Amino acid sequence: MLHIEDLKVQIEGRVVLDGVNLDVPEGKTHVLFGPNGSGKTSLLMTIMGFEEYKVLRGKIYFRGEDITGLPIHERAKLGIGMSFQRPPSVDGLKLGELIHLIGCEEDKVEEIASEIKFEHFLNRDVNVGFSGGEIKRSELLQLMAQQPDLLLFDEPESGVDLESIVLIGKTISDLLKERDGGGRRYCLKKEREKRKRSGLIITHTGHILDYVDADEGHVIYNGRIACEANPREILREISANGYEECLRCLTQ
Amino acid sequence: MSDSIDNKKIVDRFAGEKREHSYIEDLDSVSTADKERMRLAGIDTTTRERSATYLQKDHSLVHCNVTQEGLEVMDIKTALETHGWLNEYVWRLVKPDKDEFTKQADEVPHLGYFIRALPGVKSLSPVQACLYLATDSISQNVHNIIIAEEGSNLHIITGCSTAPGVASGLHIGVSEFYVKKGATVSFTMIHNWSEGVVVRPRSSIRVEENGRFINNYIVLNPVESIQMYPSTHLVGDNAVTSLNSILVAPKGSHLDIGGRAVLSGKNTRAEIIARAITTGGTIYSRGQIVGEVPGVKAHLECKGLILEGGGSIIAIPELEGRAEDLELSHEAAVGRINQSEINYLMARGLTEDEAVGVIVRGFLHVDIEGLPPELKEEISRNIQKSQKEYL
Repeated sequence: MLHIEDLKVQIEGRVVLDGVNLDVPEGKTHVLFGPNGSGKTSLLMTIMGFEEYKVLRGKIYFRGEDITGLPIHERAKLGIGMSFQRPPSVDGLKLGELIHLIGCEEDKVEEIASEIKFEHFLNRDVNVGFSGGEIKRSELLQLMAQQPDLLLFDEPESGVDLESIVLIGKTISDLLKERDGGGRRYCLKKEREKRKRSGLIITHTGHILDYVDADEGHVIYNGRIACEANPREILREISANGYEECLRCLTQ
Repeated sequence: MSDSIDNKKIVDRFAGEKREHSYIEDLDSVSTADKERMRLAGIDTTTRERSATYLQKDHSLVHCNVTQEGLEVMDIKTALETHGWLNEYVWRLVKPDKDEFTKQADEVPHLGYFIRALPGVKSLSPVQACLYLATDSISQNVHNIIIAEEGSNLHIITGCSTAPGVASGLHIGVSEFYVKKGATVSFTMIHNWSEGVVVRPRSSIRVEENGRFINNYIVLNPVESIQMYPSTHLVGDNAVTSLNSILVAPKGSHLDIGGRAVLSGKNTRAEIIARAITTGGTIYSRGQIVGEVPGVKAHLECKGLILEGGGSIIAIPELEGRAEDLELSHEAAVGRINQSEINYLMARGLTEDEAVGVIVRGFLHVDIEGLPPELKEEISRNIQKSQKEYL
């Protein structure tokens, strides 16, 4: 599904990723760990195609197609979607209107919003004055309308209270599940063949692992992927020894 | 001094010709092209959702109809003949010698409307008034009087427009509003002119105790220049005003739009909000709040977006506090669209143009108080339409 080769990325003159190789096969969900500033968000933003993340070297392939030079919206159209950690707010644009613009049928908007208990926010301006947890739900609702095949989550559980994390975890798990023909439950604009979803999730706490079947974990350290292992093992290791071991791994 | 010379030049440019038109009994007989021009100014020629209609073409009243009891709508000349007392209301809030344009409206008057709600009467649907320029290169000088008697509630939509093919002209509109005790006036003015039209409204509003005056002004289409500065005087205790403008200036348009609120009654409140977008034109967005007594509260807000086209926006907020213990504030911001908002929407599959369109529409979409939903939709449609053409 996603294949990244020797990626080197610079933002505002500073190299943030250097020599990243990554494979997320169809139907698999991978988890990204790493200390603050290690390059996790940069990797997701580069996959999504944000221009300020300048690719100096390397390639990104999505379902075999080289998307390294594609603009953001074309990647979205191909089936890549992202839940942002700190999305901007859009004054005057109602969340419900955005959900419809993304592709959800107008009369289904309220129904999908109620699944994530967010129907009371449809009449609010997108992300304006939303709390941390509300932003996460707003992001997930947008992905529910978008129904991408590759889902990128940037710390979906940060700033979320324990009660809401159950709902958010279940929703993410649901988004990552395989859909049968027709694909979009609510947004049947495009008929789709049976297709497996893939995910790439950034987490600090690992809470999300209680809800999502993650197949593999990676640690990013100083803009490079330091290791690949069972995500729970990585989490245990980091909890016990911090990221020092990763540095050792990288320099070996 | 040079101002008055320039003003004189404008007046002379369009002075002279008098253009009369015959009365139209059935508005359905208006041509489709004219109907469309009026629709873009918020005027519904089916009159289904309107409690009264006033239509003036150049210098003639061509249609006037009232369907709700307790509302009076007529041309100002007839009104003065009908109501002997009306002289007490004419040229009281605006002075004829204020400038070249008020002078012209006084010396060469071309009607204008009189709208009145009797005490306690609430308009069930909006009263609509249309001032239509149907002949090229002429001047239309109207004088309007609006009276909301005690406890009444008057909702007015006034649409000003040029007929298809009318490229230039001068519109002078003197308007005096009287909002009496406990009355509410919500006044929405939509301008839909053409490239060579000069527009000089001169409005003043007097709001008595517990009165409310809501003024919404919308201009989305090209015009040569508009200059206006409605002045709201909150003389009665607890009087409230809200002045909202939505301004779009395409290349060639010069908009100088302001609003003044003078808070002299106890516990009065005012809010002035402007959203300005230039796609090549110039916008002066002015606002002045004068707090004269303790305890009053007012806020001024101007947000401007400069899109491609090399236009400019000059925001000039003024706060004048003349007493202790009052609260006057302003915020102004002029800039471009935040790229991160565009990227965010593109990540959901919208193209860059679609994202910009959505953001611009949202920017202009202030929640305007006092607008019926169908008019909100109308404005939304107008914004979308003008966006397609000019953005």
